[in-house]
Formats: sequence, structure tokens, C-alpha cells
Amino acid sequence: MSDTPVEKLSFEEAMKELESVVNQLDHGDVALDRSIALYERGAALKKRCEDELKRAEEKVAAITLDNDGNPTGTAPVEGN
Amino acid sequence: MSDLIDDPAPGQNMPEYTVSEISGAVKRTLEGEFGRIRVRGEVGRVFRARSGHLYYDVKDDRNVLACTTWKGQIARLSVEPEEGLEVVVTGRLTAFGAQSKYNMNVEEVAVAGQGALMALLEKRKKALAAEGLFDKERKRPLPFLPEVIGVVTSPSGAVIRDILHRLRERFPRKVLIWPVAVQGTACAPEVARAINGFNALTPGGALPRPDLLIVARGGGSVEDLWGFNEEIVARAAAASAIPLISAVGHETDTTLIDFTSDHRAPTPTAAAELAVPVRLDLLTQIESQGGRIRTAARNGIARRQQRLADLARGLPRHDTLLSGPRQRLDIASDRLPAALIRGVQHRRLRLSELSGSLRPVTLARLLAANRTELQRLSLRLSPALERGLRTRRELYENQSARLLPRTLEAQITRERVRLDTLSRRLSRCGTTWIEALRGRIEAHDRLLATLGYEATLRRGYVVVRERGNLVTTCTAAAQAALLEIQFADGRLNVGPQSSPAPRPRKTPSPEQGSLF
Repeated sequence: MSDTPVEKLSFEEAMKELESVVNQLDHGDVALDRSIALYERGAALKKRCEDELKRAEEKVAAITLDNDGNPTGTAPVEGN
Repeated sequence: MSDLIDDPAPGQNMPEYTVSEISGAVKRTLEGEFGRIRVRGEVGRVFRARSGHLYYDVKDDRNVLACTTWKGQIARLSVEPEEGLEVVVTGRLTAFGAQSKYNMNVEEVAVAGQGALMALLEKRKKALAAEGLFDKERKRPLPFLPEVIGVVTSPSGAVIRDILHRLRERFPRKVLIWPVAVQGTACAPEVARAINGFNALTPGGALPRPDLLIVARGGGSVEDLWGFNEEIVARAAAASAIPLISAVGHETDTTLIDFTSDHRAPTPTAAAELAVPVRLDLLTQIESQGGRIRTAARNGIARRQQRLADLARGLPRHDTLLSGPRQRLDIASDRLPAALIRGVQHRRLRLSELSGSLRPVTLARLLAANRTELQRLSLRLSPALERGLRTRRELYENQSARLLPRTLEAQITRERVRLDTLSRRLSRCGTTWIEALRGRIEAHDRLLATLGYEATLRRGYVVVRERGNLVTTCTAAAQAALLEIQFADGRLNVGPQSSPAPRPRKTPSPEQGSLF
């Protein structure tokens, strides 16, 4: 169990740690107070992952270029 | 008739052109006659002028055709001419009157035959592979869930639609499209520029920097896809710090960028599938993990409760725990008063036993015994002293008796006899020793006399001296005032006048003189 706040973890890191927490709890050979801490960490990790999955938003933009082909900004893409 | 018959100057009735007129006529003829032609040949020297126009030669084994493609036309070429490439160029012939030259304005370049194109591609593949750009170790892993995906493709068309559609199905993400031409000569530089451009974006800048790039194009002919076989595109993909998926053409098409990209997708849709996981799958997975956590936690507590209950059952009842000791207490408290009384009685008995023997008679008996002992010892004291004195005196007398002068005298006599013997032996030794030495001295003396010069004198030789000093030469003898001549039997003084000139024979030889 790492001490990194769950908000600092990437989705993939959070997933991996959640799996490790579940495995440790499943094995059932952890001390009671530690298992409580693990449970809390697991719940936080799950929430972090869920938020990330719910946050999934689509935003499509095309880069606009100047005459020399350098990017100048974005324009929304429609009709997709 | 002769008047009628002119004698015209030769060529007078042929039209006369100015240079510009004939140049224009030739140009018109060429452009009219060869307005749209296809020419097959090998590309020779290629020169791109600063103005952007492209000048190159197309040749066969005997002749050369100068070709031009204007700046504005280049973008529409599907293949940019490259030296050594076998091509079919399409365009029209035209003339350049200022230099009396003709050339071909080329609007389209096609590679002559797939074989030539494939050979060119193989050459490039070998060169890049030799540089290590295809190495497995260069390939970066794709991010599990990219935040922003950069797509390099044509902004219109099915490809971007397919990608966006599949992304939305799986996991909606932010997508940045960098529009590029996906065929023609503009394709390669624009795609390379887009890949480099995405990499140049700073993370967290005005334009978000993608975590993943997709370079995509739909299916087409080899010539259509040719831009993705260009070296600048392959190099840009290899140099990209952002993981890059290439998805060019159909599954069977393989272009150079597919070898240098981090991942090759057979189609644009497949690229979208590689790019993101399926959101619903993940949600299910997370949900199931959450469920397992809850179950595990619940089970953990239930198991501990069960264990607690089991242990509690194992504990003995508190009343049974106490009954034994309580019984022992009862018995002990029953026996306590009797034991106390018995203890006191026991001690009293012992006290009376001891006090019974404690009487004055006992003490008096003890004193009497000690007194008797004292008397006995004092009786022995004085005889013991006398006995000691007597013993020592006897010892003394014994010793003094042995100390007699007679004993000494006997010893002195003995020693004197030894001394006399020794002194006799000493004097005898001395005499013998002196006799021996004397004998040796006489022997030496005899030897000396034999060796000495005086013995020589007896054989007739003499020694000449002047005032005690030895004279050894005739010259010295002549100058001497008085000579002393020694014979064996005595010495004789001789004056110089009284004798004839000395004979050298009479003088001892220097060898003999050195004996002295």
C-alpha cells in the first residue's frame, strides 16, 4: 500500500494498486487494523477510478495552421 | 519574256520570320502537337530552384528530356521525382525561346511499374534498418489510458470519422486532429511536420500535448500511400517522444512508417482500439474489485467474530475456576485453630526440656573439668623447659668435643709433605729446562760462528775500516788517512804511504758487506 494520495495516481496506477489491495484483503492474513486501513485505501482507489471513468468526456478539435504550417489554435470539429 | 521572267533572288518568295516569330511558331507547334503526352524514362539530375520550381531530366540511354514542374504543381504530384527512379511523366511539351530550348512541363509523375517502386522502398528500408530505426528496443509502450490523443490525418473523410466513432464507443477522450494531405507530394512533409509539431507542444500549454499519436490514412494504391514511404515521415515517427500508432491503408499495405512507429494498426479503427481500453469493461472491473473488497472486509470481520466466539467457548466457567481453591481454603481454615494450638504446645514442651538442664551444678561441673585440665598442663610446663635446655647443652658439648688442635696438626703435616714434594719437582723441572735452553743457545752460537764473517776471515779475507767505518771501495780507501785491517787473528793499522795501492781483491765484496 503506497502513501501517494489517490488523486496523484494515474488511472492505471490506481487500478493496479486497487487490484493489489483486493488481493491482500482476499488472502485474509493481514492484521485487523491494517485490513481496515487497506479497506479504506481500496475504497478511495475505487472512487478515484470510477470518477476517472465517469469523467470520460469527448472533446474533438482540429488544429488550425497558419500559412507556414505552424499551429495557431483549434477549431471545434463538427458533424462527426 | 525575259522581262517577264524575273530572276528572283533565291528564297525571295519564302516567308521571312523574325527570331521571336519563329520562336513563337515553334512553341505553338510543339504545344499543339504535343499538348498532352506521357513519356517514360529514368529521372536524372533533380534541381529545386529557390523559387520553388522543380527542374529535372528524364532520360533513356541516348537522349535527355528537360522537365519542369512549377511550384504550384508540385503539391499535386503523387510522387516527387527522385534520381534513378523509373517514371512515366505526363504533361505537355513547350519551348523556351530565350534559350532556343524545348522542355516538358510535367503535371503528373507516376512510378513506372510497381517493381521500381518496391525496389526503391526496399532500398530505403535497408538504409533505415541499418541505422537501427526499426529496433524493438526503440518501441515505446502505449499508455494505458491516454488523456489526449493526437490524430494526424485528413480532417475530412472516413478515416477520422471511423477513429472518432470507435473512440466514442470505447472510451470518449480528448482528440486533437492535425489536418494533413494524405496523398501527393505535400503529404510527406505535412505528416512529418504534424508529428514533430505535436511533439513540440508543451504539456499543459495552450494546446494540450497528446499522450498518444495516431497517424492514419485509408486504403489506396501504392502511389496514393507513397507519402508514408518517404524517409522524412519514417524518421519523424522514429524520433517522436510521444508513443505513435501508424494505421495506413488496409491490412495488407505496409508502408515505411509502419516499421518506425511504436505500434502498427492494420486499420484506423484498429488504431482506435489500441489507443483506449473499453470504459464499460473497466467500470465492471472496478465494480467487481469494490465488491471483492467489501466481501473480503466483511469476511475478515466475520472470521474474527467466529474465532472470538470459539475462543470464548473454550474459556472455563468462572465458578468452576474458583471452586477448587475455595475448597482448599475451607479445609485450611478448618485446620487453622488446631494447628495454632499444637504449635504452641510443641514449643512449650521444647522450652521445658531445655530449661530443665539449665542448673548451677552443670556450670560447676564444667568449671571443675576446666580447672583439672589447667593443673595438668601447668605440671607439664617446667619439666618441658628443662628437657629443652638439656637437649641443647648435649648438642653443644658434642660439637665442642670435636673441635681439637690435634686434628688441625695432622692436616698441616699432610699439607706440608705435599708442599715439599711439589717444590722438589719444581726445582727439578727448572734445572732440566735451563739445561735444555743452554744446549739450544750453544747450537745457535755454533751456527752463528759458521755464518759470521769471522769464519770467512779464516779463509783469507779481511775487513777494512777507517775510524770504525767500513771501507768497501778502492776510491774510499785511497782517500782515507788511516786504514784498519781486520784478519782472522787480529787487527793491523796501515798508513796510506806505507802500503801499495790497495787491491780490490782484498776488499770484501759489496755482497759480503751487506751481511753486516
